[in-house]
Amino acid sequence: MDREAIEKRVKEIVVKQLNVNMEQVTPESSFYEDLGADSLDLVELVMAFESEFSNEVAGEIPEADADKLRTIKDVVDYIHSKAN
Amino acid sequence: MYQGRGEALNRVVVTGIGALTPLGNSFETSWEMLLAGKCGIRRATKIDVSVFPCQVVGEVHDFDPAEYLDAKDVRRNDPFVHFAVAATRMAIGDAQLDMPNENPYRVGTIIGSGIGGLQTIDTQSKIIHDEGVRRVSPFMIPALIVDMASGVAAIAVGAKGPNFSCTSACSTGAHSVGDAYHFLRLGKADVMLAGGAEGGVNPFSFAGFSAMKALCTSRNEQPERASRPFDATRDGFVMGEGACVLVLETLEHAQARGARIYCEIVGYAANCDAHHITAPVLNGCNLSAAIRAALEESDIPLAAVDYINAHGTSTIYNDLCETNAYKLCFGEHAHNLAISSTKGATGHMLGAAGAFESAVCAKAIQTGIVPPTINYENPDPQCDLNYTPNKPIKRDVRVAVKDNMGFGGHNAALVFKKFEAKSVTM
Repeated sequence: MDREAIEKRVKEIVVKQLNVNMEQVTPESSFYEDLGADSLDLVELVMAFESEFSNEVAGEIPEADADKLRTIKDVVDYIHSKAN
Repeated sequence: MYQGRGEALNRVVVTGIGALTPLGNSFETSWEMLLAGKCGIRRATKIDVSVFPCQVVGEVHDFDPAEYLDAKDVRRNDPFVHFAVAATRMAIGDAQLDMPNENPYRVGTIIGSGIGGLQTIDTQSKIIHDEGVRRVSPFMIPALIVDMASGVAAIAVGAKGPNFSCTSACSTGAHSVGDAYHFLRLGKADVMLAGGAEGGVNPFSFAGFSAMKALCTSRNEQPERASRPFDATRDGFVMGEGACVLVLETLEHAQARGARIYCEIVGYAANCDAHHITAPVLNGCNLSAAIRAALEESDIPLAAVDYINAHGTSTIYNDLCETNAYKLCFGEHAHNLAISSTKGATGHMLGAAGAFESAVCAKAIQTGIVPPTINYENPDPQCDLNYTPNKPIKRDVRVAVKDNMGFGGHNAALVFKKFEAKSVTM
């Protein structure tokens, strides 16, 4: 899967889970600082990424990896690296 | 007697009411439906009830939580919390309480729930078993704990005063109003948002109460006639969902802002049967003691009581126990009382019941109208008091008593009095 396709799906999940507008979401957007997420939102977001990209991440994003996902770009890079 | 900070105790008044019930999505609508003798009980629509022996329930309909909470908070919270926040906002609106002008630390919240987030427990326990523990929502615990009714309501309106939830099953609402009244009386707050909320329409609650054989199973084809408090053919309660929140204030605070006053709260007492987990003591001695203690706190003689809004669940034992308690407490005067159970119309809103019924007492005092017990058709020789059958009556209600009983043996009684600026000894 190419980066663009991954980014599109990641953004869609973020828009739905965090109740934000698509225009607010850029690759550099930080979940905490720009998109109003709290720590519980982050747990739920990671679960949503696990479901959406279950083939790419083999069903699980380990906690140590999840802790490093701060921006949209972090997530896209992570899934892209796992998928390829 | 404890005198607060060395000063006289505060007088406490009711200045706002917000509710959503099976009768309507506001307190005003619910009250009008009560007086019209309408019933909010139908065949359940929110879940498939075909497997349950009881298939009727009082549901809240056409309610959009997004009118009261932002989309993220709607998703994070259980229905009972949605109801609590809606009722809180409506109550503050009704009281015309301008929160930005209030000292937030002097506005407290006690909104309880009989059971809490059962729907969340139901959906998340399926996930644990079917998909594994890693799939459980991080919002499961905050969504299911009872105190989130008070917590989220406080976030919604910015109330930073004393905040917790009290839970005592079906007497939750009365304990919440009573505890809030005591906080105000003692000067611990100027305003308290007090009430209860219940989101009971889920497979867990139907299964649980069915297993106890506590629900009415004889009228699945006539839902509107299923809840029949004090009627000889009553055979169980009908669940209801909803919420009610009252704005209570110290008289001083209410008068300083020129608030409209529904009535005064003048007494509250609570005790326990210490007898059985679910069965009441049938002779009513403990409930009677609670009502007496509440009246003693209020300095109101027994004979001055005009109206009792009964717990009246429509179970055989509850209604008999209450009748016995009234006779024991009031003696001959029991026959002069106007008594009614509004659960014939609403079903049993569990933790929200006592709060809604407290609001009914306030409205009965304000309007001089006693709402009826609907579905009362067959007198029970053992329940021989005046239950205000089927039609409202006009009566100058100067003093109203509200009692509730909850699984666990909890008894609670509240005394409401017509407001008079000068405290009058009765």
